[in-house]
Amino acid sequence: MALTRRLRRIAAGIAATTALAMLATACGGGAEPEGTATSGGGGGGGGEDLTITFIPKQLNNPYTDVVLGGGKAGAEAAGFAEAEVVGPLEASASSQVSFINAETQAGTSVIVIAANDPDAVGPALQEARDGGAKIVAFDSDTAPQYRDVFISQVVAKDVALIQTELIAEQIGGSGEIAILSATANATNQNEWIKFMEEDLKTNPKYKDIKLVAKVYGDDDDTKSFQEAQGLLQAYPNLKGIISPTTVGIAATGRYLSTSKYKGKVALTGLGLPNEMREYVKDGTVKEFALWDPAQLGQVAAWAGKALADGAITGKVGDKFTAGDLGERTVGENNIVIVGPPTRFNADNIDDYDF
Amino acid sequence: MSEVLVEETKGLTGVARILLSRGSIMIYVLVAVLVYCILVVPRFASVRTTGFLLLDVIPILMIATPMTLVIISGEIDLSVASTAGLASAVMGVLWAGGMNIGLVMVICLVVGLVAGTVNGILVTVIGLPSLAVTIGTLALYRGLALVVIGDNAVANFPPALTRFTTSKIGTTGIPVVMIIVAVIVIIFGVLLHFTPFGRALFALGFSSEAAEFVGIKVNRAKLYLYVATGLISAMAGIFWTLRYSSARSDNASGLELAVIAGVLLGGVSIFGGKGSIPGVIAGVLLIGVINYALRLQRISDVVLIIVTGSLLIASVVGPSLFEWLRGLRHDRRVRRELARSEHASPTIQT
Amino acid sequence: MRSALGFLRFREVPVAAALIVLVLVTFLVNPQFLTAQGVKDLLLNSTILIILAAGQALVIITRNVDLSVGSMLGLTAYATGVLFARAPEIPIIAVFVICIVFGGLLGAVNGLLVSVAKVPALVITLGTLYIYRGLNNAWAGGKQYFAGDRPDAFGRLSVDTFLGVPIITLIALVILVLLAIYMAGARGGRDLYAIGSEPAAAELFGIPVTRRIFAVFVANGLLAGLAGVLYASRFNSVGATTGSALELDVVAAAVVGGVAIFGGSGTVVGAAIGAVLLTTITSSLTALRVDKFWQQAIVGVLILTAIIVDRIASIRTARKLRISEARHV
Repeated sequence: MALTRRLRRIAAGIAATTALAMLATACGGGAEPEGTATSGGGGGGGGEDLTITFIPKQLNNPYTDVVLGGGKAGAEAAGFAEAEVVGPLEASASSQVSFINAETQAGTSVIVIAANDPDAVGPALQEARDGGAKIVAFDSDTAPQYRDVFISQVVAKDVALIQTELIAEQIGGSGEIAILSATANATNQNEWIKFMEEDLKTNPKYKDIKLVAKVYGDDDDTKSFQEAQGLLQAYPNLKGIISPTTVGIAATGRYLSTSKYKGKVALTGLGLPNEMREYVKDGTVKEFALWDPAQLGQVAAWAGKALADGAITGKVGDKFTAGDLGERTVGENNIVIVGPPTRFNADNIDDYDF
Repeated sequence: MSEVLVEETKGLTGVARILLSRGSIMIYVLVAVLVYCILVVPRFASVRTTGFLLLDVIPILMIATPMTLVIISGEIDLSVASTAGLASAVMGVLWAGGMNIGLVMVICLVVGLVAGTVNGILVTVIGLPSLAVTIGTLALYRGLALVVIGDNAVANFPPALTRFTTSKIGTTGIPVVMIIVAVIVIIFGVLLHFTPFGRALFALGFSSEAAEFVGIKVNRAKLYLYVATGLISAMAGIFWTLRYSSARSDNASGLELAVIAGVLLGGVSIFGGKGSIPGVIAGVLLIGVINYALRLQRISDVVLIIVTGSLLIASVVGPSLFEWLRGLRHDRRVRRELARSEHASPTIQT
Repeated sequence: MRSALGFLRFREVPVAAALIVLVLVTFLVNPQFLTAQGVKDLLLNSTILIILAAGQALVIITRNVDLSVGSMLGLTAYATGVLFARAPEIPIIAVFVICIVFGGLLGAVNGLLVSVAKVPALVITLGTLYIYRGLNNAWAGGKQYFAGDRPDAFGRLSVDTFLGVPIITLIALVILVLLAIYMAGARGGRDLYAIGSEPAAAELFGIPVTRRIFAVFVANGLLAGLAGVLYASRFNSVGATTGSALELDVVAAAVVGGVAIFGGSGTVVGAAIGAVLLTTITSSLTALRVDKFWQQAIVGVLILTAIIVDRIASIRTARKLRISEARHV
């Protein structure tokens, strides 16, 4: 009967595919190339080619590109055989997982990651560690149990304090301010905002400054632009905006400089000199802050090398050399600080090119 | 007296029909690509691959199965990813609120059922076009997910559950959850290919009016399909949440495109009335394998995107081209035959 | 009297009414909403979506859809950035022309595949959505061009106003009016409605269906090209991800504006009003200090309402036709 024949054919098709899949795994199980078990050895000592892969929050982000540039240069100087960069085209929590998995399968010695979500990447990182990889978090931390060290660009508190200081200076010590952040889950953003709120509440110099809103531009240029618009409409007495993200401050700068608020509403935060130069020159922005992102990448690479070599384990008190940047010590919560922040204004903005 | 001028070519019958159907061809292509990858791509042939690849592909496979039936019956459902996201958001909020995890999952499934029912009622009872309706519910359900969980992410799901979700069967590397997926595939596959209900769906896809006249309860069938799709989407949302141990409002965002790409690649006609489950499984797996192989070699996602898009276009242009060529050949043959019969018995000229 | 009220039957009335109500309510709650700056912002925000929605309306009227508009916008916006950066002295009008033509070419690919290969537009444009986005990423990589890389005069198009209306909005409105006139009066325009209502009948009637459908996709591409240039003028950065996920908003704007997804009815003006409504909602919600999380849910409800209203209207029209036909037998 046609029905039974058809049934048999379909069953045959399914069986064949499953069989092939089984065959593939059996083959793999038997003859696994320098994959899992041996990458543990790769972590153990010199003589093995060490590899490092950077996984930023998202590709095609100008700030990240500078960090990665420093990271790749640092990796080469530190002696890694291979330095790769992989990442999602859009910053999402789950998309980083498949990249981590690919690295686990490749047996990479060191994975340097900036997490879109501190927990979602956890299980994948754990699996990578079980395979012998060392995990360095940078820029945006993962939950502490999933990484060996976290490289922080500056002391989180200092970043926050410098921004509240700048805005207080620029609005004359009193008035309403708002914060335009990136994504609501970004670890680094939330930490800085927390410190800023604390500072505003406890510091007697800021008692007349009121934080009226926090909005999120998701590190998307258009969205940040519209959030900035919304802020000024919803809070007509707003005197200042802090945007601790390079995409946000640039978008807000563009909005302010083409609107009637130019010069009247202060704007500060963390920005890239190349992006902010025109707004500093036309008076929209007086002063903002950042650090040298390339150094962040460099320290991350050297930290990775030290971990892979077994020179440090990431515990508090460990020291390692970050190439020509000098020595760094692992601090509380296994965090390494790169350096102090820099302030940019009309006087020095032309000295920088990133 | 009429004369048969040309022997019309018969359509494929019997064994050939099944072995050379679009669905089977996709299976052959999948096998060929798999073999190629195993041989050529370094590190591909490994237990890890099976595990990671299947885990990545499971939500797409799950949703593609009922979606196949929906598209074959002539409709479409673009809101599946938003339903999954809504289920994930509800799961996160309820769990963070301290509810028992079992109860949480049941409620999420109910959310999926409701979402699917709303779609179904709008399409069948009120008679709205499914493309527009599901674009609307795509926005609505994703919006509700945002309202429910906002910008928060819930992460501390019971470790036993999350471990189970990513655990594999023995040493084969196949995730345990694949068993559930296999059950879903078998249920819908049998439903579509071996039951009167399934055959009715094909008829529906060709012409819902004709199907109505034949006695098929068009509206009821479509309603069931939408409810089923909503339920399975919620299941996919639960899986997603547990796999990444993270409930966020943007979970599974954009998944509907991957599902539709896989379904269309697998031979289902967007107009309805044609398609098969094995073909769709092969289509989804094919895209998954190619994606994985490219990622493994650290080839940029850029290439991945272009490849997926090209595959999609090729999958519809190909058969179209093929049909056109066949039409040309047919026309040429008819003309030849006519010329020959003219020659043999010329028509009387006046 | 009847003809005066007759305009109420237009499909655009519900969406225009919704827009007016929304603006009024927001203004009453927060007068800041309609200051000169506020109005300017509203117009500027909706300009790009107006152009895209108008183009999409053309496509949907013929019973097709074009999901690749976001990717096309991304490519042309980036092209604008590249042109200005590589050739700083290039006249602005030349950039407009080049990028619009570029958009037209992208649209022509869609048109060719849909009209000649007779392949469903949903699938084709889904494929080109991926391919064009991939090309954008491959071309741009990590590079982004910022407002500072473009001449001041170009950026000022989004700032300067003429009679209170920003220049780029004026451009959009002019295009809109031209399109509306074409669709209402010209042979080609009327043909599109025929094709969307009943393709087989249109073919039999002698309408050059293939040519018209191809033209519609090219037109949509041209408009996407224009939108890309205006995007580069208005916003800060153009790069690999510009325009992602825009397609949902565009189709939503058209549907909300009364363009039936099955083709054959709706107008570009309606789609434009739908576009203004959707962009105004975002600003309204912020001005009303409503949780922005409600925004997408509201958009979803609007879309569903629009199609339900449309359905009710068409049922009543059908019934009226039946009754009137029966009476005239």
